[in-house]
Amino acid sequence: MTAEWLPITALAIALLVTGIIFVLPEESHRLRTTINLLAAVTNIVLVTLMVRRVAAGYEDIFSFQVVGGVDFVLRTDALGVMFAGLSSLLWLCTTIYAIGYLEGSANRKRFFGFFSLCVASTIGIALADNLFTFLIFYEMLTLSTYPLVVHRGTEQALNAGRIYLRYTLTAGVVLLLGAVLLYSLTGDQSFSSEAGLGDYLNDNRGLLTLIFALLVGGFAVKAAMVPLHGWLPRAMVAPAPVSALLHAVAVVKAGAFGILRVVYDLYGIELSVELGVITALAVAASITIIYGSLRAIAQEELKPRLAFSTISQVSYVILGIGLFGPFGTIGALAHLLHQGLMKVTLFFCAGNYAEELGIHRIDEMDGAGKRMPLTSIAFTIGALGMIGLPPFAGFITKWYLGIGAIQAEMYWVVAVLVISSTLNAMYFLPIVHRLWFRLGPSHGKGSWPDEQRLGRFETHGWLLLPMVFTALVSLAAGLLAGLPFSPLDWATRVANGEYLL
Amino acid sequence: MIWRFGLFDSTFTPLATTHWALLTVLCLPLLMGLLAALFPPKRAWPVLLASAPIVAAGLMLLFAFNDAGLLRWQWAVADIQLSLRLNGLSVLLLLTTQWIGVAAALYTPGYLRLSDPGPMARWLWPLMGTLISALSLMWLATDLLTLYVALELMGLAAVGMLLLSGKAAALKAGMRYLLLALVGSLTYLLGVALILGHWGRLDLQGLAEIIEPGPVAWFAAALVGAGLALKAALFPLHAWLSPVHENAWTPVSALHAGLVIKASLFMLVLLWSILLPDAFYAPRVIAWLGMLAIVWGGLLAWRTDSLKTLVASSTVAQLGYLMVIFPLLLGADVAPLPRALAWEGFWLQLMGHAFAKAAMFMAAGNLILATGESTLKGLAGTSRRLPLSLLVFGIASITLMGLPPSAGFTAKWLLFEAMIITQQWWAVAALLVGTLLTAAYIFRMFRYSFDESAPRQRYQPLAPGMDLIALTLALAAFALGLFAHYPLGLMHGGGV
Repeated sequence: MTAEWLPITALAIALLVTGIIFVLPEESHRLRTTINLLAAVTNIVLVTLMVRRVAAGYEDIFSFQVVGGVDFVLRTDALGVMFAGLSSLLWLCTTIYAIGYLEGSANRKRFFGFFSLCVASTIGIALADNLFTFLIFYEMLTLSTYPLVVHRGTEQALNAGRIYLRYTLTAGVVLLLGAVLLYSLTGDQSFSSEAGLGDYLNDNRGLLTLIFALLVGGFAVKAAMVPLHGWLPRAMVAPAPVSALLHAVAVVKAGAFGILRVVYDLYGIELSVELGVITALAVAASITIIYGSLRAIAQEELKPRLAFSTISQVSYVILGIGLFGPFGTIGALAHLLHQGLMKVTLFFCAGNYAEELGIHRIDEMDGAGKRMPLTSIAFTIGALGMIGLPPFAGFITKWYLGIGAIQAEMYWVVAVLVISSTLNAMYFLPIVHRLWFRLGPSHGKGSWPDEQRLGRFETHGWLLLPMVFTALVSLAAGLLAGLPFSPLDWATRVANGEYLL
Repeated sequence: MIWRFGLFDSTFTPLATTHWALLTVLCLPLLMGLLAALFPPKRAWPVLLASAPIVAAGLMLLFAFNDAGLLRWQWAVADIQLSLRLNGLSVLLLLTTQWIGVAAALYTPGYLRLSDPGPMARWLWPLMGTLISALSLMWLATDLLTLYVALELMGLAAVGMLLLSGKAAALKAGMRYLLLALVGSLTYLLGVALILGHWGRLDLQGLAEIIEPGPVAWFAAALVGAGLALKAALFPLHAWLSPVHENAWTPVSALHAGLVIKASLFMLVLLWSILLPDAFYAPRVIAWLGMLAIVWGGLLAWRTDSLKTLVASSTVAQLGYLMVIFPLLLGADVAPLPRALAWEGFWLQLMGHAFAKAAMFMAAGNLILATGESTLKGLAGTSRRLPLSLLVFGIASITLMGLPPSAGFTAKWLLFEAMIITQQWWAVAALLVGTLLTAAYIFRMFRYSFDESAPRQRYQPLAPGMDLIALTLALAAFALGLFAHYPLGLMHGGGV
């Protein structure tokens, strides 16, 4: 049985929802919400189907010719399905959250329209089977996130949007150049081809290295690797659900995913090692990890601290690639999912604190655990996971990265891991300490900056539900890592494919 | 090179139905235009009814071409052989003309109703019909005289349409345009006279066989080139463009930027490929001017405060893309593969830009009509209150920026491949810079529109469908990019 309709349907549903939302009038909130949630659930079902088919050994391909020598191809492979699963799961969560978050505010039609478009782009990115198709959705992602970043329309938001575009569109141009150079050298290369580009090594070593630099450099902008990270902290002015989506799956991860595709599926790991570019990647990732953590410690507001933490955490994925061994790969891939789940939880929490209590600065968080226990527990789960304490999800990543580093005899990477974990603890533990062990307004000491009573529970139910869900999933990802279809299990499956263990 | 324009003998005699289709395509727009002057349509549906047979005839020609390949009609009038031919490129340009024409015509009733145009408005229709007929003739013509007639008809119709709005500024810009168009035609005519005097014939196919490179051919090419470059607003002869669009009615701007300018460029490529086959310097001069055009047009669009000037200046820059390709299209020593890629990229870019620019002018017109402001500052808050118009503008601008999945992107991809194979790194750099500059002026405009601090204004509601027509055009540019294989396949002489 073939199911070539499967990848295109998953994409088409997200695109169709975008169209419907733009056509519906601004006021029909109920209908829009229904359609949005229905589509998100349908997509989860479709991706589950894909996962089952991939697990059973089928790969579904949808393709048509765009121009001579260039095809549009969508394919369900293990790595793509993994990313598609993350994005469809988080689409549902962030949509529910956004519905609660934006209740009563203006421009919701525009917001949800571009939000769906953004998710459609990530699904396209996940399932794209060649560089051309990948670029289509990658640029679509750039354009669809701009209206989300400038959503509030303030001077600050507009400036952030301008800087975001400056970085990403320039990166897009660089990527385009790299892609066309590659196509004119090798023709249309499917991500699924086993051959890699090894045949071209002897004659075109310099050119291949240049193309690698262009492609990875282009992707590194969205992955926010130092020194190309400048847009990310500024983009924090966006509403909380946007930040959550941007950091957990959409933009930042799309960049990391692009690098994964280039190294594993386009060049092939052997060729990348042969070119000597991999070590450079590992060094760049290490610098980003340390730098991001140091900057995070210096932040006094919650969202910027989380932003710099993202810069640091996403580079674990890149670092895992740089270890060129199966364990490093497993760590990298698992972290793609783990970091997404943990970071989305943390951003949901940050949004809840801001909405319910008006908390933006870290020193305002004293004693918030008593006032908002669920949010604070979720935050604690996310924070401990990020630090990498066992048995949380982040620990598994760091464990595998550490083993990978020792196997590859790159002992300095172990040092990087230790330093970064210490730094992570330094910027997350004080927050956890404030939440639970300091006396604050809920103990009758001072008052919250701007307290709202948004719902029967500690805050609005729509804000609470997705946060609790992602916190539980990220907890389960760590505790139940040994079960089939856990992130770790799936990452191992993908890595087996790449290294043919 | 010349075979690409379908200038060779066809063994196939066209069917009777294609004669009718040809007649319909050439004459019906004019007749319907005259009819509309007598009974000006107040709604879109009579226009739709009138356009249906024209579009149907165009599609019939497409199917006939798909079945038979090159179509050629010949008549002997007195002892002059007249002939028209239809190849893949002509079909594509014909359909582009018809669809953009129909979109502009459908847009017009609503626009005229809302903009209070004055008594002259009814004359818009016959001029529009003349314009479409003249353009259709141009794509089919095979001799210099027919081409001249088509060019002159098109130019006069365009000037007439621009003068209609009757405002003092429009009259001034229109008269300037008329003068320049006449100078352009005259220069072109001088070139034609030189060719006729020296080689004694006007049919392109015959000329292609006997013309030899030499001073006469060069001089004729320079005259023809200068005349057409003036009419096509190629840099540095573009200064008349912005004032003209600033004062024109929206459907007129859409037609003018989408089609009229492209027609002169089409003739330029056609005639130079006959007069200057494998020339070295001339295409390179154009290419260097094109690079300047990309930068200058981009800067003009970036600096301006007026929405229409932004859209018009962007045309100057976009024409620069096409100019940069000239060495690959016409130059000497270009291998077959990059030449084929450049050829495909050139026409794809031209058609994509035609659709997108028409859509953009309509979207800009809608924004201006609804807000009553023609400056960028006046757009503040439109993202909230006129989201659809703004979205159309955005979709059209994706084609101009050359981002996927638009025709602009696919064209740029093809052009890059051609340029990389031939190692024209300057051209690559020009296209990359152009992309960023385009993004800069487009998002500068969006920045104003997202401003939420603006005071709330009263907006004039638009007629139903005005946004949808523009949206359809903008999406057509997307479809053209994603499914470029089919239209480009047509240019290779047959269907897919």
